[in-house]
Amino acid sequence: MKRSTMAVQIGVGKDATGAMSFPIYQNATFSHPALGQSTGYDYSRSGNPTRQVLEEGMTRLDGGVRGFAYASGMAAITNLLLLFNQGDHLVVTEDLYGGTFRVIDKVFARQGLTASYVDTSDADRVAEAIRANTRAVLLEVPTNPLLKVADIRKIGEIAKARGILTIVDNTFLTPYLMRPLELGADVVVYSATKFISGHNDVLAGLVVAKDEELGKQIYFLQNSVGAVLGPQDCWLTIRGMKTLGIRIDRQTENARIIAEWLTRHEMVKKVFYPGLETDPGHRLLKEQARGFGAMISFEVTKRRIAAEMLKKVKLISFAESLGGVESLITFPAFQTHADMDPAERERMGINDRLLRLSVGIEDAGDLLDDLEQALS
Amino acid sequence: MKIGTKILHTGKEVDPVTGAVSVPIYHAATFQQAKADQFGPYDYARSGNPTRDALEAIIASLEGGKKGFAFSSGMAAISSVLLLFSPGDHLVACEDVYGGTYRVLTRLFNRLGIEVTFVDFADTGKIGAAIRNNTKALYLETPSNPLLKITDLRAVSILAREKGLLTLIDNTFMTPYLQRPIEYGMDIVIHSATKYLGGHSDLIAGLAVVADEKLAGRIKFIQNAFGAVLGPQDCWLLMRGIKTLKARMDMHQKGAARLAQWLQGRPEVKEVFFPGLPSHPGKEIHEQQADGPGGIVSFRLQTEEGTKRFLEKVRLPALAVSLGGVESIITYPITMSHAAMHPDHRKRVGVTGDLVRLSVGIEDPDDLIEDLDGALSHI
Repeated sequence: MKRSTMAVQIGVGKDATGAMSFPIYQNATFSHPALGQSTGYDYSRSGNPTRQVLEEGMTRLDGGVRGFAYASGMAAITNLLLLFNQGDHLVVTEDLYGGTFRVIDKVFARQGLTASYVDTSDADRVAEAIRANTRAVLLEVPTNPLLKVADIRKIGEIAKARGILTIVDNTFLTPYLMRPLELGADVVVYSATKFISGHNDVLAGLVVAKDEELGKQIYFLQNSVGAVLGPQDCWLTIRGMKTLGIRIDRQTENARIIAEWLTRHEMVKKVFYPGLETDPGHRLLKEQARGFGAMISFEVTKRRIAAEMLKKVKLISFAESLGGVESLITFPAFQTHADMDPAERERMGINDRLLRLSVGIEDAGDLLDDLEQALS
Repeated sequence: MKIGTKILHTGKEVDPVTGAVSVPIYHAATFQQAKADQFGPYDYARSGNPTRDALEAIIASLEGGKKGFAFSSGMAAISSVLLLFSPGDHLVACEDVYGGTYRVLTRLFNRLGIEVTFVDFADTGKIGAAIRNNTKALYLETPSNPLLKITDLRAVSILAREKGLLTLIDNTFMTPYLQRPIEYGMDIVIHSATKYLGGHSDLIAGLAVVADEKLAGRIKFIQNAFGAVLGPQDCWLLMRGIKTLKARMDMHQKGAARLAQWLQGRPEVKEVFFPGLPSHPGKEIHEQQADGPGGIVSFRLQTEEGTKRFLEKVRLPALAVSLGGVESIITYPITMSHAAMHPDHRKRVGVTGDLVRLSVGIEDPDDLIEDLDGALSHI
């Protein structure tokens, strides 16, 4: 079955009444038929029917064996990080989402977990950074906000040879465009707030594991720590996923048009979009994914222009987050990546001239008109 | 203002823009900004959401703390608070603590280098004896789960202050309507709001309230960084539940008091645990620090076999985990709420096969008695 069909069909035929839309089980606890017997559900933190439909649907879409839904993308990531122990080490993409950086650097560092941040678009650097106590490689593909592309297959092989896990944050592409588990990753993680739910109306995180043993370990943490997604938000996420295919197709097409237009604009110094043939990650992403996604970053010639632009955009909203049907523009150095060391940010290219655009499903012509007036 | 009124009028219950008397459910994930370097009160819903803010303000006000925090479950609240600690730190926790709390302490936080010693918190001397050089906090439930033992909050707070320790209390069984631990010197109050605060067995939620500003800043950081936040629909349902907290708790307690007394008179029942009974060893201390005994009654039957038969015959209370809902729930702690506890530990604290925990709902107590009477006479 094609991925767009799988997404549309989530929950269909799962309910006893035949309801096309799976019900919202706004329920905390489940009555037992008798002592020592269970319907399969005991307590909603441990398992809820609405959450299960979402988890199973996502597992299927990603080609994994077990899925997990969390209260936010950060709750999903932190739950995975709790797999590790005091003294363990991770190799992590250097220009990754600021929230992930913050939780590793400020929370897990205190718990004795260390990390090396490397440019994961170079697999050799990943291999060099692996130490005796390294337990996992955490990749964002493409990265946030510089859209660099890591070779998941190659890094997966390196990790496997060293007996460590490969975790991929696939928020930007979703399983509709890329399936990291098929490329050799062990776990895939999402901020489902973004493209998966797609309407800027829900906070959610998802994890899909490749094998049963890892699935068991993650389930233990999901249930014990309890950072689970509520039923209403599960249902909204399922509802959003029904249109995953058509949304991403439209967003990707709009992004290609805008990225090409930006490369020709005199106020724009550089465009980061792996869909551009000139982009260093273009060929690799073409092999790994079925599309290039709808995230574009670009550097304008002066800081003043960036600030002006944020003030002048009308159709495009100046707001954090991404992946929704409405286009959003973000200033990474001051918003999503504000927790990074300023010198580090500058070195990587996350400077005060860099803007990140999440392209929505509006008419491409209207979006170009808005960008044009904001840049003039 | 009396707490019963405060439950309904905290100053945050009316939407400031439209005047709506029910706080709107903000399903927004992100908030539009006007300026590049100066953001409005909200930017991203994980960091702050108006519906969640209203709930957090209400619980902070009811507990008399500086700031409240809402989490996706009681365990998410507990786990987030425990992230305050670092490898090498040691905690002293009450020994008959909720099984889920025991599980994260002994199977997750231990891996992160945080040690814990479990002692009987009904004896303040034992707490003092368990404190080491690296002890950072005391973690307690009063009444405890499931044996309803009472901890002397004032004595523990004095001890903690002397030793420079934080005090963390799970106030799920009492709610701020009956007990406000911050008034007795506790630093952080935690709730599984799934229980009495939500009150309808229809949501999973956790809350934490912090007594001082500085500690609030640290919890805020963890809540935002960790992201185990409560969704807006569940925030709203929880606020809706809190509106009837007093009315529900009054009825829960009334029913529980009657059932406890009635159970005590039954020959099939060996022992009844309820802080409202004159025979309860912690009654006096409990009455000094709380405004009522609550709605949970635990009891032992004469035999384990009889206990199982009894649970199979009960009709009105649902055989299920959880507690605090309007409908009565009966739980077999050994295989349900405390299944995650090590068998030796269960034995030590008295969570054995003859123990039953009853969360008394707001049904007519006569109907509950009739149902239990029928079940007891069949064993």
